Amino acid sequence: MLTSAVIIAGIIMLSLNAYVLLAGADFGGGVWDFLATGPRRQAQRDLISHALAPIWEANHVWLILVIVLLFTCFPLAFSTFAIALHIPLTLMLFGIVLRGSAFVFRSYGSDENATQERWGRVFAIASIVTPVLLGMCVGAIATGNIDPAIFTSDFGGSFADQFIAPWLTTFGLGVGLLALALFSFLAAVYLTIEAEGTELQEDFRARALWAAAAVFVIAFGVLGLSMREAPMVRRALTGGPFALPFHIVTGIAALTAIWALVTRRFRLARVAAAAQVTFILWGWAVAQFPYILPPSLTIDATAAPQRTLTLTLWGLAVGACVLFPSLYYLFRVFKMGGQRG
Amino acid sequence: MSDLLAARSQMGVSLAFHIIFAVVGIGMPALMVIAEYRWHRSGDAVYLELAKRWAKGTAILFAVGAVSGTVISFELGLLWPEFMRQAGAIIGMPFSLEGFAFFTEAIFLGVYLYGWERISPRAHIAAGTMVALSGALSGIFVVIANAWMNTPRGFALVGGRFTNIDPIRAMMTPAAFPQTLHMTLAAYAATGFAVAGIHAFMLLRDPRNAFHRRALAVALMVGAPAALVQPVSGDISARYVAGQQPAKLAAMEAHFVTARGAPLVVGGVPSVTERRTKYAIEIPHGLSLLAFHEWNAEVKGLDRFPRDVWPNVAAVHLAFDVMVGLGTFLAVLSAVILISGWRKRDLATHRWLLTAIAIASPMGFVCIEAGWAVTELGRQPWVIYGILRTKDAVTPMPGLIVPFISFTVLYIFLGVIVAYLLYQQVLRSPRGDDAVPERARAA
Repeated sequence: MLTSAVIIAGIIMLSLNAYVLLAGADFGGGVWDFLATGPRRQAQRDLISHALAPIWEANHVWLILVIVLLFTCFPLAFSTFAIALHIPLTLMLFGIVLRGSAFVFRSYGSDENATQERWGRVFAIASIVTPVLLGMCVGAIATGNIDPAIFTSDFGGSFADQFIAPWLTTFGLGVGLLALALFSFLAAVYLTIEAEGTELQEDFRARALWAAAAVFVIAFGVLGLSMREAPMVRRALTGGPFALPFHIVTGIAALTAIWALVTRRFRLARVAAAAQVTFILWGWAVAQFPYILPPSLTIDATAAPQRTLTLTLWGLAVGACVLFPSLYYLFRVFKMGGQRG
Repeated sequence: MSDLLAARSQMGVSLAFHIIFAVVGIGMPALMVIAEYRWHRSGDAVYLELAKRWAKGTAILFAVGAVSGTVISFELGLLWPEFMRQAGAIIGMPFSLEGFAFFTEAIFLGVYLYGWERISPRAHIAAGTMVALSGALSGIFVVIANAWMNTPRGFALVGGRFTNIDPIRAMMTPAAFPQTLHMTLAAYAATGFAVAGIHAFMLLRDPRNAFHRRALAVALMVGAPAALVQPVSGDISARYVAGQQPAKLAAMEAHFVTARGAPLVVGGVPSVTERRTKYAIEIPHGLSLLAFHEWNAEVKGLDRFPRDVWPNVAAVHLAFDVMVGLGTFLAVLSAVILISGWRKRDLATHRWLLTAIAIASPMGFVCIEAGWAVTELGRQPWVIYGILRTKDAVTPMPGLIVPFISFTVLYIFLGVIVAYLLYQQVLRSPRGDDAVPERARAA
């Protein structure tokens, strides 16, 4: 049933999707900053920094939108998730703060190389750690380990049962690594276009292909782990009505991306890579439908009162009228055509 | 340290840190746009230089503000899950609108900071205007959410649960207007004076410097009018607190015993056990006049409230006096500045006035910190005034001292770095002999 709650849950997923495709690639940029090698090492770092600078803050706001919509429209799911995942979320926030701060400190700080280098390290390391933690939080939701009953006083689990066990699983770690690999893949693919007409394009093409291989290996690993640790995901990915079409479209997107990279069709590679990541994300969403926080909180049963949902939808409609033209303008100014300033 | 105290401290540190950057995000775009506009009008290249240098500082501050704001949006759930579970559906609306306003601000700030060479001058100044407007708007929305915590409206409370929720009425809560007005003016006053103070300090050493002269004029143009009218908005706020949150007013004024024609207590050491304030200056009938505009109005003292709903009287009273004291200084200084500006005096040659402005530099921000201490500590022990106690809203997660100390260390570290980077930016500002030829060239 397409209730307002389901529509808003869909919009939350779309915002998360935008965050992953845009900010995810910004984190991936930090990974490639960390792994910059070869004779064009400095040029690679400069390109990454140049690509990120005007847009990373706007890209970051998608996450704020996800959180705000979640606590407005699904307050019970939000507070349960915030209690259970206190530790990884706090660590992730540390990563977010350090990454953003280090990035501007490097861009606007002293011209001394040693200082620049130091902030570059902080930026790069935070860019690697944060996606893993984000993935682990998603993994914790997907395993269905977050039971609100655990926080009632009569449940009486230990600290580790309540605050560590839900997220520190091999499946969770696998999803964390998958997020890191996907973000790195997206970043490398996008950077081939940023580097158009320079030697750097080949550098990032090679990196994109390596990242694609990593995604391939980790994705199968996560699928394997889901058999043991995430029964809900397993059911959806093996027997659900969407299982086969999902595997087919994701596979086509992945192969198209690799083929496009091999044959140097970089713009096609960008579309295919974004599609691949999008399908994986929605595969998870569909797998856990109708739950917003499995195993017990469903979208419809835990949504805010109808009045709040209706008003939020109106707010979203009005907000979108301002947001999308502005975003289009931002990306037109910095990402389409024109030589680099 | 109890988990509740650790959670409150972490929230306090996060807000105290973030507010500085949030305020800069509201005030600085206005300054930059005015400088850029003056460059267009006069062709004086010093103004362009000014807009560009201010933009550099703003970029650093805005980024730290964006990430520290993200921390707060998560902390609402990480530290106060019970509050968010109950109130999320009611106060989510202003947060959602804030999300869009902040989005717009971040987008156009990117365009503004990196688009100098890419878009037309007209589009550039329009982008700056969008940043200034959306920055102010996002501040207003967040303060509305806070106002609801002071005067919760837009629901019926049935058996301790919120029912019949009306998010629009919740946004039109009585505290919304006085709080948003007071905070928006504070943002312009604090930013204007902080920037003016830095340039005044530089002018004391280099009085003929064209760059700093223009910077001072633009910064004061934003800061001084806001600081001048702030006492009026403060009066509106005080009267609303008197009507809606009398216990908070009593704590602010260290007013222990209900009285008609109550005196205004300035300074002093409130003693909760003795229920009086020692060593204070008392202005007869002052409190009745300020709170109700009546010579003999009755002002409820803390004695009208059970002891367990008193806020921390000493802290709230001290913070209030700091805010009012420094705010008054800024308002008087603004009056002097505006009068001498009106009489076409050259501010840059008034050494004592420059000194006063330089001393005033941090005062606006101190006022903001103190003012938030008044409103947040003054609301205690409630997170939703009169409805949900802070202690009932805190997360069951134990060991909260760990994240509290970690965030505190992180924020002190970042604060030191930001201060150092801004100091370097100031050191690099043009000398008098650099700025003058530039001006001649433009003319």
